[in-house]
Amino acid sequence: MTSIFFRSIKFLIGGGFVFVLLLALLGSITGLIKEPPKQTAEQALHKHPKELDLPSNGPLGKFDLAQLQRGFKVYKEVCAACHSLHMISFRNLKDLGYSDAQVKKIAKEWANKQPVFDEKAGTWGERDNIPSDHIPKVYYAGTGNPPDLSLITKARHDGAAYVHSLLTGYGEKPDPAVAARFPEAMKTPEGMHFNPYFANLNIAMPPPLTSEGQVQFDDGTRATVDQMAKDVSAFLVWTAEPTLQTRHQAGVAVVIFLLFATGLAYGAYLTVWRGIKH
Amino acid sequence: MSFPWARHYEPKNPVMKWVDDRLPLPRFVYNAIGAGYPVPRNLNYFWNFGILAGLSLVIQIVTGIVLAMHFHSSAAGAFDSVNGTIMRDVNAGWFLRFAHANGASMFFIVVYIHIFRGLHYGSYKAPREMVWLLGVVIFLLMMATAFMGYVLPWGQMSFWGAQVITGFFSAIPVVGDWIRIWLLGGYAPDDAALNRFFSLHYLLPFVIAGVIILHIWALHIPGSNNPTGVEVKGEQDTVPFHPYYTAKDGFGVGIFLILFSILIFFYPDYLGHPDNYIPANPLSTPAHIVPEWYFWPFYAILRAFTADFILPAKLWGVLAMFGSILLLFFLPWLDRSPVRSANYRPMYRVAFWLLVADVLILGWCGGSPAEPFYVITSQIAAAYYFAHFLIIVPIISRIETPRPLPNSITEAVLGNEGGSRITATAATA
Amino acid sequence: MATFEEGVTPDQTVGPGGEILENPRRRDYLLYAAPAVAAVGAGVVALPLVNSMNPSADVLAQSTTEVNLAAIEPGQAIKASFRKQPLFVRNLTPAEIAQAEAVPISSLRDPQTLEQRTKEGHKNWLITLGVCTHLGCVPLGAGEGENRGPFGGYFCPCHGSAYDTAGRIRQGPAPKNLEVPKYNFTSDTVVTVG
Repeated sequence: MTSIFFRSIKFLIGGGFVFVLLLALLGSITGLIKEPPKQTAEQALHKHPKELDLPSNGPLGKFDLAQLQRGFKVYKEVCAACHSLHMISFRNLKDLGYSDAQVKKIAKEWANKQPVFDEKAGTWGERDNIPSDHIPKVYYAGTGNPPDLSLITKARHDGAAYVHSLLTGYGEKPDPAVAARFPEAMKTPEGMHFNPYFANLNIAMPPPLTSEGQVQFDDGTRATVDQMAKDVSAFLVWTAEPTLQTRHQAGVAVVIFLLFATGLAYGAYLTVWRGIKH
Repeated sequence: MSFPWARHYEPKNPVMKWVDDRLPLPRFVYNAIGAGYPVPRNLNYFWNFGILAGLSLVIQIVTGIVLAMHFHSSAAGAFDSVNGTIMRDVNAGWFLRFAHANGASMFFIVVYIHIFRGLHYGSYKAPREMVWLLGVVIFLLMMATAFMGYVLPWGQMSFWGAQVITGFFSAIPVVGDWIRIWLLGGYAPDDAALNRFFSLHYLLPFVIAGVIILHIWALHIPGSNNPTGVEVKGEQDTVPFHPYYTAKDGFGVGIFLILFSILIFFYPDYLGHPDNYIPANPLSTPAHIVPEWYFWPFYAILRAFTADFILPAKLWGVLAMFGSILLLFFLPWLDRSPVRSANYRPMYRVAFWLLVADVLILGWCGGSPAEPFYVITSQIAAAYYFAHFLIIVPIISRIETPRPLPNSITEAVLGNEGGSRITATAATA
Repeated sequence: MATFEEGVTPDQTVGPGGEILENPRRRDYLLYAAPAVAAVGAGVVALPLVNSMNPSADVLAQSTTEVNLAAIEPGQAIKASFRKQPLFVRNLTPAEIAQAEAVPISSLRDPQTLEQRTKEGHKNWLITLGVCTHLGCVPLGAGEGENRGPFGGYFCPCHGSAYDTAGRIRQGPAPKNLEVPKYNFTSDTVVTVG
């Protein structure tokens, strides 16, 4: 009697799990029939980012330093008022092709000063930035919560394209036929702005890039809204991983070496096993 | 036990002889992974994955030790130390970090193939049950280590992963909430949890290394299984591990490193999740939280249980998720077929490939949002998973008629012509 | 039965079943080349691991410090921090300068004049690292009321090294004078060290 019980315990346990799962399955299916899932406004209206072609894309991508400098200028003159970039130090800007003196000047003239704590007085003061400082955090008192942009292109799916689409997507109005189905969602709240590339559809950030020539590019590139958005996206790819280009270059060397070494290893394997059927 | 024809260690020079007389470590290595270990001659490339798993552990330990030198184990500093200091300022820090993060993925890929190799060729069966049991222990330790490691960068997925996984324990009746708070050292993941996870994340790989030694020890008692599942009958069935399998493993290691490098240098974030580049925010959960890919099948099983039946659904989910791994401990006694290799078991072979497909489907559901379609699919797939191990395999092992087995490994390799020639040679010797 | 290597000519090889196979061994060099290349690869991988323990870029970047001298009265000294090490800045009195200059150079263990250890026109400003050249303790004498030792400069309590008013070693086990870092006066009251 007991041995039959022990021999069939596996069927009892297995049957138990399967039974509970079938019960759950039944629940899921009846739920689905009773209440078919409704498409939400986000599902209907949210758009995936437009394709963005940057020189840093792809496994062998490289940075275009002129573009990064333009993007930095857009960041400095437009984004930096609300968004910090605290993982970047001023000294890192040398990677973009700026000289030591230029970096020193950029740091010194940076609008946001470096906070310093006075040990004796017990109060906070501030001083000019120096190259070894991180770009200071921005404390923003308005609506919304501007995220730090250091890692933004890694922190979103298809990050660079997302930034570019978001910055240029304010003008895009939803398809009226679809929008009519979601009258509630289409009421953009006070102080918010409709943008189909933003996950919640309504974003607190007002359109930051509005007119051609808003930023004067030093290299004479025409500063269209699209160009500025593209350049700042490229810049934010760099801030997210300044070593990206080094990584790609190292990767080529490593893979070539490994292909060679593996070829030799295969030859050694054949040599050792020659004539032995296996 | 060792095969009588196994070669014996002979020190090549007086120094090695001196060492060997006092501490027979060279002899030990020689018999474990040197010429002193006779191995079936017919192992295919799936037998490379044991060595590759060992190599993965070494890579994780070496990169991990160096990364730990730069990591700040605090809720305030962890994210910046990983994404700021290590990725930007430490010399080659980006390489170490990407190698460690993707090394975990490579480790799991290799171990999953290693496990399915064992399932296909019946490597869990007598006399190798202990090898299998120790393997399941290693797998559980790996999962714990990987989970705690993923918490360390303290991004959004790290934080909410810690929250959700420790939440499993609150499903335990009566003492559940107390256990969860004890595990976290607080009411939510914070400094206390991060520090203990760091401590254990550093400890467990060395425990894994210890269990691997037992795993290999237990393997060397009966010797390696092989694709025919037929036991070694004589010297003609084996070759010495070195140089035959060291050479073959060397080639396998090369292929492994090429794939690993492509991941590190060209697609380092492909297997990660963008949300983990957002610093942990205890006040806001990401819209779609998922664990790392290697936990997806188990996560799908957890989410498949949506109905209360005697026990609450949450407890069923947690029981089933742990049960889905723990039942592997009983596999050697669930499958009673005397034939090991699925190559000679027509019904089991079908069941095996269905299981592979089933686990892939579970993984796909586990990585997708909890929408009705994926929940329903995962409920069917989870039911099949349990049915496979607890119902289908035990029944198949009784009713199946296996195909005729070859008399020996050599016969399987050489066919009749070679086999007879060997017999002739053996007779004259 | 033939084993693997016995009784086989160089152009033959033996299968595990004892079968003799004709096979030239001209590819044997691979058995040396492959492990050699693997060893080179392992060596190259060791480089980033070792290099990661060198000072990181953020540490290297914080290599200059500004010190304001305005508040330091003659006879006083302050301790500042330079590259996470103590930096002694001392405003010497004329008596201390005279005392330092009166010492015959030839009698010193590490012969240097006060001029060599200070900047032209700022002979009263003695700026040194506060790290004893013996084994790295911080000598006394920069803080208010601390023991300045028998030579009126600095005194290391660890092993009794005494420095004079020019920061030169005069007594005890330390081999060298207190190190003078690279610095320059950006104005009359501000120095940039490093």
